[in-house]
Amino acid sequence: MDCIRLEYDVDGENFASAGNASESVKRTLKQMGVSPASVRRVAIAMYEGEINMVIHAHGGKAVAEVYPDRIEIRLQDTGPGIADIDLAMKAGYSTATENIRSLGFGAGMGLPNMKKYSDEMKIESTVGVGTTVFLRIDF
Amino acid sequence: MTIRDIVKLLDAEILCGGENLDTEIHTACGSDMMSDVLAYVKDQSVLLTGLLNPQVVRTAEMMDMLCIVFVRGKRPEQNVIDLARDKGIVLLTTEKRLFLACGILYTNGLGG
Repeated sequence: MDCIRLEYDVDGENFASAGNASESVKRTLKQMGVSPASVRRVAIAMYEGEINMVIHAHGGKAVAEVYPDRIEIRLQDTGPGIADIDLAMKAGYSTATENIRSLGFGAGMGLPNMKKYSDEMKIESTVGVGTTVFLRIDF
Repeated sequence: MTIRDIVKLLDAEILCGGENLDTEIHTACGSDMMSDVLAYVKDQSVLLTGLLNPQVVRTAEMMDMLCIVFVRGKRPEQNVIDLARDKGIVLLTTEKRLFLACGILYTNGLGG
């Protein structure tokens, strides 16, 4: 099936620009007439992922494929990886530094939130190699 | 209430978005933790916060919020104001502290 493919480089050195990719996807879905409720679920899930890439993994690549009935998002980084994915998924667990918390993030809600707002979420991670998060959100 | 009412109640200064003051508002939330805003907020359209970085505006934008009130007399840098203006989000600043600002709006009928 035909899809619209959107690709972004997520700059890990620039905290201010974190969210650019999610915003662009949000705008595109809005223009396509996707329901506001679905657009918001996509925006929040992807933004959480994008923030994670910036604060934990020095950035990476975000690819979104938009189908008529769903969006599939891949967030790929070459950061430190996640040693214990089950633990990372626990609400409130965070490895964020005090500096990140002072910016308003690192409450340990990112991954649980991404799961909450998506219909499917898969995490593949190797310590020292990187992490890929797959998200599917149905419209 | 409208954003104009919030300006009056909190004796707030308008930093940008002055053209949207008549927008009707029903609910608000107060937090310095954007992670929690993303996790717990539902349809609130005003964010009261003491945090000043650009991700406050991004978070509000992702949640379809219409107005951000900076408390404790805080004032963001120009790039944050420009970002909000670009998104059509109203920015206000008030000398009042977070608890007090939330309390004033709540007792005047704004929901949580």
